[in-house]
This record gives sequence, C-alpha cells and structure tokens, in this order.
Amino acid sequence: MKLNVTIGKYYPADSILHRLDPRVKLASTFAFIILLFVANDFWGYLLSGVSIFSVMLLSKIPLKFIFKGLRAVIFIILFTVVFNVFFVHGERVLFEFWIVRVTLEGVFTSIRLASRLVMLVLASSVLTLTTSPLQLTDGIEYGLKPLKKIGVPAHEIAMMMTIALRFIPTLMEEVDKISKAQMARGAEFDTGNIIDKAKAMVPLLVPLFISAFTRAEELAMAMEARCYRGDVGRTRMKVLKYTKSDYISSVLMVAFGSAIILIRVLL
Amino acid sequence: MSIEVKNLTHIYSENTAFEKKAVDDMNFKINKGEFVGLIGHTGSGKSTLVQHLNGLLKPSSGNVYIDGEEIHTNKKTLRAARQKVGLVFQYPEHQLFETTVYKDVAFGPKNMKLSEEEIDRRVKTALALVGVSQELFEKSPFELSGGQKRRVAIAGVLAMEPEVLVMDEPMAGLDPKGRDEILSQIKTLHEKLNNTIIIVSHSMEDISKITDRILVLDKGKLKYEGTPREVFKNAYELEKIGLMAPQISYLIKALNERCFEIKDDIYTVDEALEEISKLLLGAGEAND
Repeated sequence: MKLNVTIGKYYPADSILHRLDPRVKLASTFAFIILLFVANDFWGYLLSGVSIFSVMLLSKIPLKFIFKGLRAVIFIILFTVVFNVFFVHGERVLFEFWIVRVTLEGVFTSIRLASRLVMLVLASSVLTLTTSPLQLTDGIEYGLKPLKKIGVPAHEIAMMMTIALRFIPTLMEEVDKISKAQMARGAEFDTGNIIDKAKAMVPLLVPLFISAFTRAEELAMAMEARCYRGDVGRTRMKVLKYTKSDYISSVLMVAFGSAIILIRVLL
Repeated sequence: MSIEVKNLTHIYSENTAFEKKAVDDMNFKINKGEFVGLIGHTGSGKSTLVQHLNGLLKPSSGNVYIDGEEIHTNKKTLRAARQKVGLVFQYPEHQLFETTVYKDVAFGPKNMKLSEEEIDRRVKTALALVGVSQELFEKSPFELSGGQKRRVAIAGVLAMEPEVLVMDEPMAGLDPKGRDEILSQIKTLHEKLNNTIIIVSHSMEDISKITDRILVLDKGKLKYEGTPREVFKNAYELEKIGLMAPQISYLIKALNERCFEIKDDIYTVDEALEEISKLLLGAGEAND
C-alpha cells in the first residue's frame, strides 16, 4: 500500500523560495489564487502562467516533481474540460453530431478553466514543496492571529496541524507493518468485491486506531510533562523575521496583482 | 520442507535518491527440523530478509525456494509459501484486532477456508501450545497483559500450522521473566512439533541457549554461519559489527590471554564451570 501524493510534501533544496518567510509565501499563494479568478482573458492568463513558471524555476525543484502534483487532480481537470466542451453553447459551432454540439466558446471556456485549475494546483504545490510543514504551520498560526479576538484558537489549530503532519509518515509505516502482519496470516486486501474489500480493512484499521490513540495519549503526557499549556506565555525558539528578499517578493507580488487587475479593467 | 535462498538482494526505493541495499547477495539453506538463529545489529537486514521467506517482499534479484520451488512463480506458489512459512512479526501484539482471543486466533485458519471443526481444533491447540488457558478464550485481547497478548498473537500464526515458523525478535520489549517464558515456550514448541524454527534476534545470549545453528548478518551480508560454538569463537570480530558474544566467552578469552589453556569454544556458564574446575583441580594436583 503506497500513497504517492506530491501535494503537501516538502522538497528540501537551497533556493530563494525556500528561504522566504512562510508568511510571505502563504499570503502570496493566497493572493495568487484569488487573482487567478480575477484574470479572465488571454493576457491575464499568460501573465499568471509566466509568473508561476518563473517561480517554479526559481525554486530549484525538478519540474517533473512539481508536475507530479497534477496527477492527483487530473480527473477533476479532465472532467471540467469535457463538461465545458460539450455543454457550453456559443455562436460559432465547430461541429454538430446528433445532440452533441461543440462550439468555439465551449473550447475556449474549457481551456481557460483547465489552465486556471492547473495553475492553482501548481501554485499550492510550490508552496508546500518549498516550505517545511513546521514553517507552514508557523505561518498559518500567524495568519490566524487576528481571528483570535473572535475566539478562534489559532495556536491550537496550528499545533494540531503540526502534530498531524508529523505523524503521517509514522502512521504510513504502521499501515505497512500491520498489513504485512495480517497478510502473513492469510489476509488478502486486493481480492473480492467492494464489500469484501471493506471487510478486509477491519483487521488493518482496528490495530491502526488503537496504536494511534496510544500514541496520542503518550504524546499528550510527554507534552504536559514538559509543561505545555497552550499558547499562554509561550515563546519561540525560531522567531520569524522579514528579510530583504521578503520585502522584494512582496513588492513583486503587489506589482503582479496590480497588473492582473489593470488588464481586467482596461482590456 | 527446506528453504533455500540464492543470491538474494533487496534494494529499497531503487533508482531514487533514497536507494538502500538492505540485503546483499545472500546465500544459505535451512533444512527441515532445524532451529536457526538469525543475528545482526540494527539495520543489518534481518527483518528485510525474513519478509522474503514467505514472499511478503519480492527480491530485487535472486530467488527463494521452498522445497525446491521458487515462491514467486505464480499466485499459487506464493499463497502456499504464506501458509507453509508462518511469520511472527516484531511486537506481534500490535496486530490483534478481534473482539475475543478465540476469534483473533481463528483469523488465520479462517482465511485458509478450513472447516469449522478444523478451525476450532487448531485454535485450541495453538492456544494450548503457548499456554493460554481456556478462561481467557472469550476475553477481549486488549484486556490481557503484555506477555499474554504476545502469546495470543503468536498462537494466531501457530494456528495456521506452518511447517516453518519464523519469529522476528519475539522477546523484544518484555521483562526478563517474560523473555525467559517466551524463550522456553519456543523451545518446547520445537521439541513438541519438531518443526523448523527461525528466530531473529540481536541478543546472542538468548539465541545461543536454544538454536542449533546461527547466521550472523552484517550490513546485508552473511558474515558467519555455524553452530553457536563455532560462531562465538569470533567474539572480538562480532563486537566490531556491534554484537556481543555471551559474556562467558569473554571471560574464557581473557583467561586464555593470561596464559591459561581452556577450550576456546565455550559459551555456557555450566561448561565454563566444568572446564575451569578441571583446570584448577589439575593445577592443585600438580602442586601436590
């Protein structure tokens, strides 16, 4: 049993992007995704495409590796494309057959939506590939801080995410071990119909849940033993600091945003 | 029923940056009824090796034969291998999942599609073999003590009545009393069933007490092979690869370095006592 998902996987490398402040990266990705929905014509998409591509080059991560992230959403993209090609009806008909009618507008819409989705996934992949999970949650905690005033437990959310991320590999290992142990006892996970398969998961899931709960309890105990009591009075070992490149990239991001909006308004 | 391993190599994450050779061109044969110890330091490839013996892992190259038949030939040979070779994993109690002890042990035989009576017979025999008493049969396995849990888990594999029993660190994480209990239970098991047993450990002391033959692994390679007596002669070399011979072997070596002449293949306290008292008596007589 192997999961091969690029989204949410950190790829260590030495690049400007890796060194950027996670808050800047988070805010920029967020802004980029919103701006993708502001852009609605060829020039806007071209500018976004060029920007995201140059950011990808800057990250020093093999492009193949970044594009792997698209595999997870390939069906959504295909679905969108097919749906739009056949169901958006415009003026200029390309061809007509029985009840199927493909128009130029339909093709354009689907290309637009597909590239929007692709860029969206690429942008978020770049964020998670260049930011270690710990930095990311630090950034999220900072981003959620204003919401604390209305009672959102920012620190606790960030801590929960950190812990969850930390235990993904551990649990994967556990799944591998338990499934092998049950296979040694003659369990088969990949035969039979859907109900058989679901039933076959019980010998895997029960031990997995039990070990997850035990681990959680032990971790909570260990944290309390080291005087963890939430956010109150907690200081950080690594305090986030903005550097020159953070300011530069923020300026670039603002420039990009203004350009997209200008294109939308003027053209 | 023999197991033969030929030129076995296993590489994890082949062709990536994380590539790691866990087992490197290994060759050996284990005969019917043998009691073999597999020893190695952490990361020497012990666990990877045993997972090949029942086909849970597929070799990167090389072959595993059971009774002369390559186990990865087809689905049938693979299934046969899983039944003939029972593998007890490290911390086997982590695999318990059923609502009662009885049901959990019955999981393996049920997967083999045996009749109800046969399942019942096997479950009861297996639980009796590991010394779990009748009144625990209907208890939840999660209510048991650590040692009991482990014995139930071992029974879960025994109930499949494998011809070869492979155990990966069966004593890990138990207190000294629990260790001795499991160890002597494995020994009686071997005497009663006369099956082939392969036991993985990093503790020489435990292994030397019960096995006929020892295979020493180091960095994925077979370093030494032979009876405990032959292997422990290399006490200092063993130390270099992170293993300890039984303490008594060191005592004999140290004595011999100080001009005593004692047989150098001794590894139990009783033998040493006998030899040393012979020597002392001999010296006493010479003085008279």
